[in-house]
Formats: sequence, C-alpha cells, structure tokens
Amino acid sequence: MIDWLVMPFADSTIMQHALIAGTLVSIACAVAGTFVVLRGLAFIGDALAHGVLPGIAIAVLAGFSGILGAAIGAAVMIGGITLITQRSRLSSDTAIGLLFVGMLALGVVIVSRSGSFSGDLTRILFGEILGISVTAIVIQIVATIVILAIAAICARPFLLLSFDPEQAQVAGFSVRLYHNVMLLMIALTVIVSFQTVGTLLVFGLLMAPASAGALLARRIGAMMAWAALFGVLSVFAGLLISYHFDLAAGAAIILVTIVLFFAAFAIQNLRDRRAAQRKEPGGA
Amino acid sequence: MPSLINAEDLSIGYGRDVVVAGVSFELIPGEAFALIGTNGSGKSTLLKTVVGLLPPLDGRLAVFDGRPGADHRRIAYLGQFHQSGFVLPIRAVDVVRMGRFPGLGLWRPMTRHDNDAVREAMRTMGIEALAETPLRSMSGGQQQRTYLAQVLAHQADLLVLDEPTSGLDAGGRELYLQAIDAELRRGASVLVATHDIQEEAALCHRVMLLARRVVAVGPPAQVLTPETLLATFGVVITGDRKLHVIEGRHGHEGPGKPPG
Repeated sequence: MIDWLVMPFADSTIMQHALIAGTLVSIACAVAGTFVVLRGLAFIGDALAHGVLPGIAIAVLAGFSGILGAAIGAAVMIGGITLITQRSRLSSDTAIGLLFVGMLALGVVIVSRSGSFSGDLTRILFGEILGISVTAIVIQIVATIVILAIAAICARPFLLLSFDPEQAQVAGFSVRLYHNVMLLMIALTVIVSFQTVGTLLVFGLLMAPASAGALLARRIGAMMAWAALFGVLSVFAGLLISYHFDLAAGAAIILVTIVLFFAAFAIQNLRDRRAAQRKEPGGA
Repeated sequence: MPSLINAEDLSIGYGRDVVVAGVSFELIPGEAFALIGTNGSGKSTLLKTVVGLLPPLDGRLAVFDGRPGADHRRIAYLGQFHQSGFVLPIRAVDVVRMGRFPGLGLWRPMTRHDNDAVREAMRTMGIEALAETPLRSMSGGQQQRTYLAQVLAHQADLLVLDEPTSGLDAGGRELYLQAIDAELRRGASVLVATHDIQEEAALCHRVMLLARRVVAVGPPAQVLTPETLLATFGVVITGDRKLHVIEGRHGHEGPGKPPG
C-alpha cells in the first residue's frame, strides 16, 4: 500500500515536479478561489481562465513564453469587461459572456493555424503537469508568494468587500481599487497555473476546493486552509490515479476535487441535520 | 458650534434621476435627527449621499466641513441590506471587529483598546455570548444586533443608520435605544432613517418628513402632526389618541422613477 502511494513519486522526477507544481497551484488557487467564491466572481474567473487562450495560442505559434501570452490575454479580457460595463448599460456578466466566447473562439482559430492542432489545443486546455520544468516551478513559487502577500496586505479591504462593498467604501477602502487588486490576484493565479492544469481545469481548482472550504469553515482563514488542503489532496490523489491507471493527469486531478467537494457537501448536510435533531427534542 | 452636516438646497438621487430636491438641514454635535418616510421617499438616498456613497446632484453638502466620505474615521454607517448572505464564513466577533478598521487602515494591528471597544459594543447589544457564533447560523434579529454592535464599536462622531431596528425584537429595540442614548451622551450625533414614529423618532431632537420632497423639518412635537403625516404616508387614523400609519399612497409625485 505504502509502495502504491509513494513509489510513483520516489521513482521519477517528472512526478516529483508535478507534485511540487500542483501543490503550489493548489495554494495559489485556494487563496484566489476563496475570494472568487465569496465575491461571486465565478463567471469572471471562468472567463479569465478561458480568455487567456488566444494569448497562449499566439505565444505557442510565435514561440514566446506562454505566461507572457496568458498575461496579455488576461489584460485584454479585464480591459474589455471594464470598457463594456462602463460605457454601456449592459451588466458585467453580459460583457463577460461576450468576451468569454469571443476569446475562446479566437484562441481556437489561432491554434487551428498550427500544424499539430489537436495536440496544442489539448496541451493548452488541460495543461502539461507531467512536463513541468524547474524554471516553471521557480516562477510558480514567486507567483504564489506574491498572491499570498496581496491577500495578507489587503486582508481588511478584501474582508469588507466580501462582507458588504458599501461598508468597505464608507470605511475608507476604495471599492474600485481593491476590486481591481482582487481581479489582478485572480488573473495572476490563472496565468501561472495554466501550465500545470491547463486553462480549462484551472477553473476547477479555483472553484471546487474553495467551495468545499466555504461549507466547512467558520472563518476566511480557515476557508483558505481547507481549500489548500483539498487542492493538495486532489493533486496527490489525481497524480497517483493517473500514474497507476494510465489516465490524463490534469483531468484526474479535477475529478478528485469535484468528488471532494461533494464529500464536504455531504458532511455539512449530515452535520446540519444532526444539529437540527439535537435542537428538536427540547424545542427550538 | 460647528455643524457635522450642513446641507443647503441639496438635490439627491441616482445618476440623473433626482429623488428629492431642495433639502436643507444642519446637524450639530450631540444631536439626534430622524428621517421619516415610506419606502422610496428618499431616506436611504439622503443617507447614502451623506456618507459619500452617492454624489450630491446639486446644491451644497458639507460633512465635517468637507466633502462627504472624506473623513471615514469619524463616521459609522449601517446600511439597510448586507450582501454577504450566507456564504461568507465569519463569526459575529469578526463582523464587530470590522467596526475598528476605519481607524486602523490597512496596517495598524488591533490594540487592547480596540478589543475592549469590540467587547463593549457586543455587551451593549447583548450578544457577547454569541461572539464565536458563525453569522450565517444567527437569526435575523441576532444578525441585526451584530451589525449594530459593529457601528457602536467604531466609536464614531457621527452615526448614520438606515432602519436600524428592522428585524429586532422588543429586547433588541430596548438595547438599541439605550445604546443610542449612550452615544448621544458621549457627544456623538445620530442621523437615522426610520418608520417608527412612536418611539424612535419621538426620542430624536429633530425630525424630517420625506415624501420625495421635504414635507416638514423640526422638533417631533411640532412636526409630527396628522396633517404632515398624511402628506408623508397617506392615511392616518387618530382614534385611540395614538398615531397610526397605514402605508397607502406614496408621495411619488416628484420627478423620475422611485428607486427600488
């Protein structure tokens, strides 16, 4: 049993790199994902995760860094959403939806110019967790530190924003400024994580562990800790499953996060039901 | 004596839609001032303009002799709706602690003085035993007490409260009225929007009746007459020597659509 759990990682540096990178992505996604869930930014998170596709596609074709391409894609996405929301009467989810499909289609059109169309597309969408370089890990470490630092510095405004944006404004924390800082943090998470789990699946790691954490935690800090734990567990279990059963690693990781979410959901429901039963005999 | 709020011929509203025009009033330190009117009468709009959430559309408005919203350390605001809902994992004590953030800013750590203020505010609203309770498992009344404790913890010079007694039970209302009394004796001023003519408004030094226009301003004994209440609310019955208000026709004759 121990062999089954440990040997895949002891044997190969590919698996070790995958585990390290996956752990770092999980921590970054736990912090950013917590605010995505609390502020109801799921749609913009999803749009960012996919909006980076054309940038990465261009980078793949032109041969420059995928991270740079993703950053350009995210910047265009956020800029476009802000422009449409401010200059028209359309709501932000309409703007997000329009840009979301537009960028996705643009990405596929660009990739279709490449010789290895389906290979490139799969790589961008599902990541290359079994091909992580040391450089990529170093970049991921730096990014994770930056994300943690942003969350620590902005702890008070982010808490107020999640509680009530009007309270944040009256308390002297600019809603526009800190909302944009939060978007920047989410974008940074998406940009550096796509290499590991892909643009399609980074969204899963952003949402599922944080949602599970929201069900179990009583404080935002605890929610992040639960999310990180669920994320790391998913990476570990997903890699093992993919190794032993020869399955796609990125997708296996995401499936585990979803299973863990439903497990947390079941636990929370049982807990609530028991609490209700305890209350009933003596009357509420 | 310098005034905390000075409004002259102020127009308030959303975007280009003016909700109330020609608002003039002054609030001095230690004074309690009530805004009375139906939903959509402009109470919340006026409060939001005073705390700087909405820009004044016309006229002059000075808060602490400056721009509204400029001096966030001295002003505490209780809005009508809280958006956090039931997702946010947060304990009651964390909510009350947020009342200290305006004075602390991004960096300064909570001191013993801050923690004392938080504890004292929770005791005042009778929720000290619920400090560790998650907000989402509290009843509506307990949540409202928590939000009020947050405002009290601020120890601000000006409290701006939008229907603070909504959802409170009789005990909660009693604690709230005592708390406001203590705040006034401390030298703070209170600007409150309310439906409660009998108790809350009667305790204020001055009231303003709003129906998308200013119906009347002055001490409650002079201003709260059947005629002004009729103009504000619609129908008033004074059978058992008490004023009863039945919300019927709203004062929507002003320009633009009523918000909400």
